[in-house]
Amino acid sequence: MTIAIEAPRLVKAAPLLTAQNVSKNYGDVQAVRNVSAEVFPGEVLGIVGESGSGKSTFLRMLNLEETPDAGTYTLDLPEVDGNLFELDRFARRMLCAKRIGIVYQNPHLGLLMKHSSSGNVAERLLVAGERRFSVLREKAQEALEASEFPIERLDAPPIELSGGMQQRVQLAKAIALEPALLLLDEPTTGLDVSVQALVLDTLKRLQQERKITMVIVSHDLGVIRTLADRVMVMRRGEVVEAGLADQIFQDPQHAYTQQLVHAKL
Amino acid sequence: MSLSTLTKDWEPMSYGFLDASAKREIRRKMLKAVAVPGCQMPYASREVPMARGWGTGGLQVSLTLINPKTTVKVIDQGADDSVNAASIRRFLSRVSGAPTTLDTLDADLIQSRHRIPEEKLREDQVLVLQVPNPEPLRPVQPNMSIARQMHADADYGRMWLQLYEQIVRSGRVMQGASYPSMVNGRHVMTPSPIPRWDVPKLHMAKHLTILSAGREKRIHAVPPYTRVEPLVFDDVPYKVEEHGDLTCFRSGAKGFFMNEIPQDDGSSTYEISDSEYGVKTIKQAEGTETAFGESWYQDGEMS
Ligand SMILES: Nc1ncnc2c1ncn2[C@@H]1O[C@H](COP(=O)(O)OP(=O)(O)O)[C@@H](O)[C@H]1O
Ligand SMILES: [Mg+2]
Repeated sequence: MTIAIEAPRLVKAAPLLTAQNVSKNYGDVQAVRNVSAEVFPGEVLGIVGESGSGKSTFLRMLNLEETPDAGTYTLDLPEVDGNLFELDRFARRMLCAKRIGIVYQNPHLGLLMKHSSSGNVAERLLVAGERRFSVLREKAQEALEASEFPIERLDAPPIELSGGMQQRVQLAKAIALEPALLLLDEPTTGLDVSVQALVLDTLKRLQQERKITMVIVSHDLGVIRTLADRVMVMRRGEVVEAGLADQIFQDPQHAYTQQLVHAKL
Repeated sequence: MSLSTLTKDWEPMSYGFLDASAKREIRRKMLKAVAVPGCQMPYASREVPMARGWGTGGLQVSLTLINPKTTVKVIDQGADDSVNAASIRRFLSRVSGAPTTLDTLDADLIQSRHRIPEEKLREDQVLVLQVPNPEPLRPVQPNMSIARQMHADADYGRMWLQLYEQIVRSGRVMQGASYPSMVNGRHVMTPSPIPRWDVPKLHMAKHLTILSAGREKRIHAVPPYTRVEPLVFDDVPYKVEEHGDLTCFRSGAKGFFMNEIPQDDGSSTYEISDSEYGVKTIKQAEGTETAFGESWYQDGEMS
């Protein structure tokens, strides 16, 4: 029944993100094999799968950090056209800086640990060309507040903060420019269970308020279940099953998905 | 027909210590540096009879530009009479036959460490600055090959972030000397450790400035009439050192960059950093007719 309610929203628009037949090898390791995905505006795509199944590699490619061996990737945005994998370094950097936000599992990848938290957020605005100190400060504060970061610690460096707070700084940095696409790689993995729940609440609230299009990767089905409208199950670099979240959780078709869902229950 | 009719008398052909091929290379790199203002050009820094770090980069450029008719001035922290300045001046003159001067107005070539003279330079003058650290991105990106890529992409977000962090931590921009500056709207350069006071002098200046680092083997340049804009936030104005109201205790010169001389009682007196400007001020006060060039600052304000 839920499917019927969700369906009109999901099929109405053209997809924001379209990835087709994306493959990536590291030497002999086929990290990602022929993966295709579509994400519609305002929708959350969850990617699940055991460790080593190629989830992070796929996400890094969506963030244009990594170039695949094959495949195409388009975003339905006015400022870009065609296969984004073919953009030059400069165009990639500007697109990522302005339109794509990412939260890494490891905050060291996303943050300058010894700079102030507000500075980490401000950097994104600086890359996009903002040159007014007062505006940088105001916008950094807004983004941190929206990420439910304790605002009195605005200028504390991430290295002095807890893991949960570090993830909130990453999140603030990712949403500071109101990105068209937010990528999340295991944003709550490694946090205490209670902190995990709080960070997930923040993500869910942000998604509902701002209708941000998200791709969230996790090995934790609970996380995916909380957030995702649509789910893609990966194993050894391949998509074994994809569909609406409720469908996957209630009626998994593939043996591997069944195993995952039942292990969780 | 005799041998003497077929050949010319001997005349000195090579001067300036460096061999012709070294000078040719440096000339090429200088031309490149002028062609892409603010962009660092690598060069093969030669051995000169001076230790790296004492201005060998500036010296090699001066040796390349100099000829027996070039009038040379050399200053160190604004002073013509410091040991290092005096040694470089004598060396330049000895290996080229070039005449020397202390007066900025008379110089064709000025080699300097850490200062730009207070009198405006002209189109026919060249300023050579000695540079210890040519890479403005070094504090934010220790990997030099990535730093070069960042220059190529004009990726200066981290530089701006540095300034942001300084204001957040200290309430103001702490960067004193070597203030990172955007050249011709494209490349961020370090103007060598000149004080903030001197950076605006480079903006749309009439003279050519060549900046050369001997140890780091990099040359960059600010051609005449080129924009040099210190990185500043739109709402946090660029401030020069507050020397505008100070008076030189020797010469009475006022409104110029000063050296601070701490006193036993904890106070300070001040002495003009551009020593020859001070000398000229004294001469004039004593009644000798003295020619002053127009100065960049008037009554402590940039004009
Ligand atoms: N940079 C890399 N170099 C070599 N192998 C890599 C690299 N990144 C990932 N891999 C390999 O690719 C496979 C997929 O990894 P990854 O995308 O991190 O999986 P997941 O995020 O699902 O755990 C793994 O076998 C991993 O060892
Ligand atoms: Mg991973």
